[in-house]
Amino acid sequence: MNWEVVIGLEIHAQLATKSKLFSGAAIGFGAEPNTNTTLVDLGMPGALPVFNKEALRMAVMFGAAVNAKIGMTSVFARKNYFYPDLPKGYQTSQMDHPIVGEGFLDITLDDGTVKRVGITRAHLEEDAGKSLHEDFQGMTGIDLNRSSTPLLEIVSEPDMRSAKEAVAYVKMIHSIVTYLGICDGNMAEGNMRCDINISLRPKGQAEYGTRTEIKNVNSFRFIERAIYTEIERQADILEDGGKITQETRLYDPDKDETRSMRSKEDANDYRYFPCPDLLPVELTQEYVDIIRNNLPELPTQKAERFMREYKLSEYDANVLSATRAMADYFEKVAEIAGNAKLAANWVMGELSKYLNTEGKDITESNVTSEQLGGLLVRIEDNTINGKTAKSVLQSMWEGEGSADQIIDAKGLKQVTDTGAIEEMIQGVLDANAAQVEQFRASDEDKQKKMIGFFMGQVMKASQGKANPGKVTPILNKLLKG
Amino acid sequence: MVDQSITSLAKKLRAKETSSVELTQDFLSRIKQFDGQLNSYITISDEIALAQAEAADKKLAADDNASLLTGIPVAHKDLFCTNGILTTCASKMLNNFVPPYESTVTSRMQASGVVTLGKTNMDEFAMGSSNENSHYGAVKNPWNLEKVPGGSSGGSAAAVAAGLCVAATGTDTGGSIRQPASFCGITGLKPTYGRVSRFGMIAYASSLDQAGPMARSAEDCAHILQSIAGFDANDSTCSDIATEDYTASIDAPLDGLIIGLPKEYFGDGLDNDVATAIQNAVKEFEKLGGKVKEISLPNLNLSIPSYYVIAPSEASSNLSRFDGVRYGYRCEDPKDLMDMYKRSRGEGFGKEVQKRIMVGTYALSEGYYDAYYLKAQRIRRLIKEDFVKAFEEVDVIMGPVAPTTAFGIGAKTDDPIAMYLEDIYTLSVNLAGIPAMSVPAGFANGMPVGLQIMGNYFSEAKLLNVAHKFQQATDWHTKNPSLVEGA
Amino acid sequence: MSLDKQDVQKIAHLARLSLSDSDAEQYKDSLTSILDLVAQMQSINTDGVEPLAHPLEAKQRLRDDIVTEENRRDAFLANAPQTEAGLFLVPKVID
Repeated sequence: MNWEVVIGLEIHAQLATKSKLFSGAAIGFGAEPNTNTTLVDLGMPGALPVFNKEALRMAVMFGAAVNAKIGMTSVFARKNYFYPDLPKGYQTSQMDHPIVGEGFLDITLDDGTVKRVGITRAHLEEDAGKSLHEDFQGMTGIDLNRSSTPLLEIVSEPDMRSAKEAVAYVKMIHSIVTYLGICDGNMAEGNMRCDINISLRPKGQAEYGTRTEIKNVNSFRFIERAIYTEIERQADILEDGGKITQETRLYDPDKDETRSMRSKEDANDYRYFPCPDLLPVELTQEYVDIIRNNLPELPTQKAERFMREYKLSEYDANVLSATRAMADYFEKVAEIAGNAKLAANWVMGELSKYLNTEGKDITESNVTSEQLGGLLVRIEDNTINGKTAKSVLQSMWEGEGSADQIIDAKGLKQVTDTGAIEEMIQGVLDANAAQVEQFRASDEDKQKKMIGFFMGQVMKASQGKANPGKVTPILNKLLKG
Repeated sequence: MVDQSITSLAKKLRAKETSSVELTQDFLSRIKQFDGQLNSYITISDEIALAQAEAADKKLAADDNASLLTGIPVAHKDLFCTNGILTTCASKMLNNFVPPYESTVTSRMQASGVVTLGKTNMDEFAMGSSNENSHYGAVKNPWNLEKVPGGSSGGSAAAVAAGLCVAATGTDTGGSIRQPASFCGITGLKPTYGRVSRFGMIAYASSLDQAGPMARSAEDCAHILQSIAGFDANDSTCSDIATEDYTASIDAPLDGLIIGLPKEYFGDGLDNDVATAIQNAVKEFEKLGGKVKEISLPNLNLSIPSYYVIAPSEASSNLSRFDGVRYGYRCEDPKDLMDMYKRSRGEGFGKEVQKRIMVGTYALSEGYYDAYYLKAQRIRRLIKEDFVKAFEEVDVIMGPVAPTTAFGIGAKTDDPIAMYLEDIYTLSVNLAGIPAMSVPAGFANGMPVGLQIMGNYFSEAKLLNVAHKFQQATDWHTKNPSLVEGA
Repeated sequence: MSLDKQDVQKIAHLARLSLSDSDAEQYKDSLTSILDLVAQMQSINTDGVEPLAHPLEAKQRLRDDIVTEENRRDAFLANAPQTEAGLFLVPKVID
């Protein structure tokens, strides 16, 4: 059977506030257990929540960025269930009246086509704590530092039809939230995590099949692989005439398989109701307009500007605008170098090679944008040529200093003095008299092929320091005799 | 000393006729002498009280502008979290809970210089109308030890009536200040929802709970309200509407006061002698210049079902935090996590609490939410609208607090529905969120009768003025029960 | 509305309350009578009436995003039934 896969995603983005959603405790990881907690986060008797202004602003920013209806009245609701890392016995979330309503965003697929993905809603909610399963007298330890950390849960329509589309969507959300500065996007630390709803149906069928939900997938690569293995699992069952059980599953990257989380299935009746400790959040049109009018440039807009302003190709513009950090880096390099094309080539080429080799993100680059810009300035003013620049970059990557320091220290400055160059070329020609003779006896086509040999010899003699632009005319003149 | 008002004690303290330490010692010895019979206190914080009294005496000596409450011995209902003092909510669940923080109400009173004698008994988690649902045993009515003091703030009411404190705090979710005040012959005020912060108050039903004073007179209630009322950034539901000076107009004449008498408050089920006492009180108001107008609050009967869905629903969620993980009771040797949850809660909560948790759990569960919870909230709006309409025509509404005087201990424990019906005159006030008082208005069958005075939103000053004028004209609030000694 | 013992046990499980069989029997009757009491709501027409969640119908206030709290872990942990290394301990959680 020819199956069509239907995918919808729920992304939890941790909002980059300083304090918690409902208390004045610090947000912070790696802190000693239970040290970033207050009465509210611990669910102490008599503790009451007070809503963080900044979390609201961030949620509205996101809504504005995905063309969504903003909930002018949003209501916090309690989702009731018992779990040791959920101190109050309920999670404060939003149900019937979320802060962000229907919206959409456009993703660009590998073949260049643009696909629109619907956003169903996005709502604010508090995170739970952590259960630590190391052996404490055979018991589980509970750390509530993460309790009440603000999350924005972004729910998509079931609009995606492949793992690639799903990944492109998650990357776009990642890019939007980091551009907005509302989430650091660190998936490895769980600051952005993904629940994947996935079902299959025979191609052409209108109704959706039974779906499963894969919980808490936390890297782009795992999202793709989890979807592939789940498609395969579901297809196998359906091909054998079986039925898919609607359930929550977990992706195990080591085994590359999903498995059922039966413990979560235990009679879920969350008994949502409006939180009586919090009042409806009411927004004014003015508040929303100010946020909307002051949104930073978003990835798509930035890519368009890169194409327009810097005359970059669509591909280059997309790569360089993929993350805000990358875009900022590139623009700084371009500004210093005064040549955007050159900056694009170096950022996407040489620099990316080093980053990829060491598995580093642009924010972790050994070479700052200022340093790389400084290097390109020296190419632009003919102090060094491109080839030398590559070796300078290597030294910079290894921490030997700025481009100028390295050029000075290693004496890499290009020779541009015409007299000196002429003298050096003459020396090369004298040393290769036989080839010169051969050259002079050849026809024009042959000569064109031979010129590379002399060029190479000259560069070798100059230890790469001769400016190729100056060498060529002089070499031509002297060869002709 | 023990049956005197805050105003007169404050005068004596300033005239050095007595000291706060002396006063505190008097009250502590009275508690020792009489509370064995009454059981109105769960915890007596004598060391803290005496230290506070010493500090109060120093403050009085040094500062002519010290708050009127400085050095006045009071008690707190045992659901206000008190830093370093056991706070039990009268539950086995919190048998060992010592909060490292202070509720806004108690901390504001502390800032006003009061002396905390201890924590008063109550119905467990404030669920009850008789104070029989306490892990620490029933409280007895000081007017008749065979009778209940009312609930849930029964300990506070009994302690004030018996002169075991000058005044006390209470909370009122469905009548829990007014009904025990009525049963024990004292004055109690449930303020407008949001007038007083709920921070540090262990929640029963968040959208209904409100703290207020219980004292021997309206004037004393005014002094305490002055201390505790007002905006608190820690409670999102606390109002930022400015407070008033609650004693400034307390003596204002009542000429032209329009008093609404809802016919539904005087119908079937109201005890005849209680009715007579209330009618006499209303006549007194007419003498003071009031004009009576019959009104209707047509949805009164619906307040019972609406309340008994909304309050348990909120409670079922509010009480989920008592899970044996971070504080409170944990069962012995749990065999696994589920066992820990179920036995800690099953053993830690009393029967009435478990019952209400289950009612609320059911009302919120899938398939029933619309028919129960949402329906109850729609009716809640109808009830509120009844009051809004009434207050377009009248200044205050009067009626009984309860259909009867205090009933016998054990008389209604087998019939929970009869107990719930007792709340018929008080519940609608909480559903609407308006302020109301209970004021002593005579006796029926030898037991005190409380007159209920209800006011429009944030009209506490008016209510206190109305109650105070009545107390100037009558002496019901000055009557004292004769106490029986015993451990 | 009439509940049977199984209904009561189901509700008790959702609310995490251990009930003995005789408890369940008792609660069956008292819960049923409460549900009967509240059933009188159903006879009232509330079409078009908006549910009222808060008496004052005020709006939520916002807190500035600043850290105001210090670490008071030891004071909080002091009330816990069982702790180790700054953690609350519970019987093993099995995912």
